[in-house]
Amino acid sequence: MRKPRTKPAAASKYQPVRPFTEEEFSRVRRVLGQKVLFVQGDAAVSYGALLAGCRFFAGYPITPATETSEILSQLLPRVGGVCIQMEDEIASVGAIIGASRAGAKSMTATSGPGFSLMQENIGYAAMTETPCVIVDVQRSGPSTGQPTEGAQGDIMQAKWGSHGDYELIALSPSTVQECLDLTIDAFNLSEIYSVPVILLTDGIIGHMREKVVLPEFEEVELVWRKAPTRPKDEFQPFFDDGSKIPETATFGTGYHTYITGLTHSDTGYPATDSQPEHHRLVSRLCAKIRDNRDKIIKVQKDYQDGAEENTIGIVSYGVTSRSVNSAVKLLRREGLNIDHLRIITNWPFPEKEVAELAGRAGRIVIPELNLGQVYHSVREAAAGQCDIVPMWKTGGEMHTPDEIIRVVKGNG
Amino acid sequence: MIIRFAGFGGQGIVVASYIVVKSAVYDGKRAIQNQAYGSESRGGESRGDVVIADEEIYELEPTSYDVLVALTQPAYETFIPLLKPGGTLILDKDLVVADKKLEPKRIKRHALAATDIAFKKFGRKIVANMIILGYMNALLHPVSQESLERAISETVPKGTEKMNLDAMHEGMRLAGEAK
Repeated sequence: MRKPRTKPAAASKYQPVRPFTEEEFSRVRRVLGQKVLFVQGDAAVSYGALLAGCRFFAGYPITPATETSEILSQLLPRVGGVCIQMEDEIASVGAIIGASRAGAKSMTATSGPGFSLMQENIGYAAMTETPCVIVDVQRSGPSTGQPTEGAQGDIMQAKWGSHGDYELIALSPSTVQECLDLTIDAFNLSEIYSVPVILLTDGIIGHMREKVVLPEFEEVELVWRKAPTRPKDEFQPFFDDGSKIPETATFGTGYHTYITGLTHSDTGYPATDSQPEHHRLVSRLCAKIRDNRDKIIKVQKDYQDGAEENTIGIVSYGVTSRSVNSAVKLLRREGLNIDHLRIITNWPFPEKEVAELAGRAGRIVIPELNLGQVYHSVREAAAGQCDIVPMWKTGGEMHTPDEIIRVVKGNG
Repeated sequence: MIIRFAGFGGQGIVVASYIVVKSAVYDGKRAIQNQAYGSESRGGESRGDVVIADEEIYELEPTSYDVLVALTQPAYETFIPLLKPGGTLILDKDLVVADKKLEPKRIKRHALAATDIAFKKFGRKIVANMIILGYMNALLHPVSQESLERAISETVPKGTEKMNLDAMHEGMRLAGEAK
């Protein structure tokens, strides 16, 4: 009988997480080819992941996110990484959490139906403070909805999808170039704050082709998780050194590592019957994000200098920002005072920035490809300072600039 | 310039739009390409949109077009109302019967037997899209000839570059005759 051929376990290929050398970065650049590419958003996400140092991808293909799985299945092995097609999305997040703990920067990509399935393990990643990136290429829902059409229906789910109290980070790109840039940001943020980071693209940007320029080594900042600084016999996996972010020891490196979704003490062992321990833990999970909101949050303000009292604010995010940019240009040409706030970091929500805009504007128009999600956060942050005018659209088509112009002028 | 290619899966619609936009990027222009297709890989409705501009592109899903390339009757009937007045219509005359009542005002209609020529001259119907690309570029110059040839060579399957480039040149020749 032929002896079955055995392969070494995938994880054994990994070195503990460590910074990239310029040579390793250059190797990725060589695999990706030309510096200027013309690719889909899903491809740009894959390239961003490779450049950020992602060496493990596990996913279950789903339209409109499939291209990311396809591309990484071809490219990851060429840079010493591993790509696995899992049996479903629940297992996919499980696998990237395991890979992350085994020392690899890891990612999965999915769309709405898969994102729903992932929620339990996203909570597990938040509770165990495991760095990982989850890409959600949003499509129209609920349920299977419109597979090939884009939407922005998962914004609230990204923050509130898992149960209990936790904070995570979610980013919304509006161009194919940003799909690449924000994927690198997503990895950096997940490594800095030991938290799952959600990249909220959509079916439009995911499938659209646009120019992408790959960065050089010295142009990107790549961050790697905080390695243990204490001696092995003193190390505790969830000890707070005052930064609220614990040091992360890679499994199998000799440090005491134990993770569980149960309420745990600094040792990682369950402490489920302790009210103070639980309160201290989840308060820290939230505080490590909330206290650093100014460092985390990115917005783009396109405000007019010396705007007068009749300023109208527009808040946008993701692909919708493109139509808004066009509308803003045309409206200003007609002499209207328009302040445009583009949200790049959806979570934590840029409350301060929205409140500031609400103080400047007579009203805020908020177009989104859903039936009212960020609208609620904007209304809360504006705290009654001005009127909030929602503009909701579903079905797979973007707002046209004309539609936005009509609503801004009050003729919607 | 906003161009819509429309037909059915298997006619190289999405590829044609991809090549035009890739060429535009090589020319240093701003450009996006969008596509829609049925779940069938052949036979379903298929379309590819191209936007080329000197400035940042904000409108990702155009609602009217400067150029419509229609390679099936349903594609023609569905999208001809979206052609801008004065716009250019390019159709395959063996596959589309034009109906003036549907057409916007002052459009320039170009009818060529792209699929027929592709089959008779090159033995492959699939290169009809290259004939159309050559014809359109000679007529309207959305992209440079150099970039178009580069994008075609890089995009088509290895070994078929010459046939595809020849088909594109045939399209240019036809455009010259039409002028």
